[in-house]
Amino acid sequence: MGECPVCGSEIELEDGVRENEIIDCETCGAELEVITLNPLTFEEAPEEQEDWGE
Amino acid sequence: MKKIEIGIVGGAGYTGGELVRLLIQHEKVKISYVTSRKFVGKSIFKRHPNLRGFTDLKFISPDDISKVDVIFLCLPHGVTASKIKEFSSLSNIVIDLSSDFRLKSKEDYNSYYNYEHPHHELLNEFIYGMPELHRNMLKESSKIAVPGCTATGAILPLAPIVENFKINKIIIDAKVGSSASGASPTDGSHHPERHGVVRCFKPSNHRHLAEMYQELKNMDGKINFSPHAVEMVRGIQSTIHVFFDQKYNEKDIWRTMIQKYRDEPFIRFVREKSGGYRFPEPKIVMGTNMCDIGFEKDPSTERLILISAIDNLVKGASGQAVQCMNIAIGIEEPLGLTQLGFHP
Repeated sequence: MGECPVCGSEIELEDGVRENEIIDCETCGAELEVITLNPLTFEEAPEEQEDWGE
Repeated sequence: MKKIEIGIVGGAGYTGGELVRLLIQHEKVKISYVTSRKFVGKSIFKRHPNLRGFTDLKFISPDDISKVDVIFLCLPHGVTASKIKEFSSLSNIVIDLSSDFRLKSKEDYNSYYNYEHPHHELLNEFIYGMPELHRNMLKESSKIAVPGCTATGAILPLAPIVENFKINKIIIDAKVGSSASGASPTDGSHHPERHGVVRCFKPSNHRHLAEMYQELKNMDGKINFSPHAVEMVRGIQSTIHVFFDQKYNEKDIWRTMIQKYRDEPFIRFVREKSGGYRFPEPKIVMGTNMCDIGFEKDPSTERLILISAIDNLVKGASGQAVQCMNIAIGIEEPLGLTQLGFHP
């Protein structure tokens, strides 16, 4: 069991997930990268930056 | 199983039409009548063309209504209150979509609506029909007042925050579609006048503010609400700026929101880091009973920006009314309300 770094919800992985795989937090929808499996840790996955007229 | 019989009084308007649309898709109810004084004898689809082929009901006169299991009142503000005893005698459950019984204080009707409420002794008999806040009171309730549309769009995202944090000030900037003004045309809604505007039609003291103060406790004098009419037919997007009297972080907000709304069937959290739909968007909830909620903390000012999106005619009116009915009669809450939105 790991914790979503965005919303704090507990996350349990399905079997077969590997390090560096990208998953979605089911609660907040954040895209997370699996950093380590034991202990289970995540970081927010990098996103492509967009320019919205800024 | 015998179907629940429904009466809709004032069915020529947009909320009445939406009720028919939702209830003819509801497997446990049957619409017994829909009234309109102006369109008596005409097929309902002549007024609500989206219903062509789905109902052969015709409008009847409001003078000919009879007993039903649930009666929905979609009358202009002020009319329901004057006839509430008649309507109450015709049904065990009365669901009013006007503003006439939303407020608990008769003084609020004086100050926000500028009229003396003719039956203020009944105000406390009505439950404010927002299931996410009052579900237990709605169970087996017999009189329900459906919240205002912009009030719904503001109260739902704010309720968990107000309950759990020390708040200094709230500023609500709502963008509202034209259907929120109702089906009766006015000088201001005439197409050449309405099209293309960003109209700040009531910068302060909007009537729905009274509901916000009533439902968001201990916020006296702290809520500022300015709605704008924009280029949409349906939908409300509320951008809500919250200033705190305490430190907080985004994860605190997430925990609070999740605790309050995790099991709610019609609340979704929307927060994407990329793409065109990063935050709640009225276009995506159009035709649905969803209230989408997103947020972000401004790192430079500590301001919290809450964003909500609803369809004003569904979660902001008729959908919420059906949700309340389902709760009141003890059937599955999402029945008749599982329509998906459109994309694009």
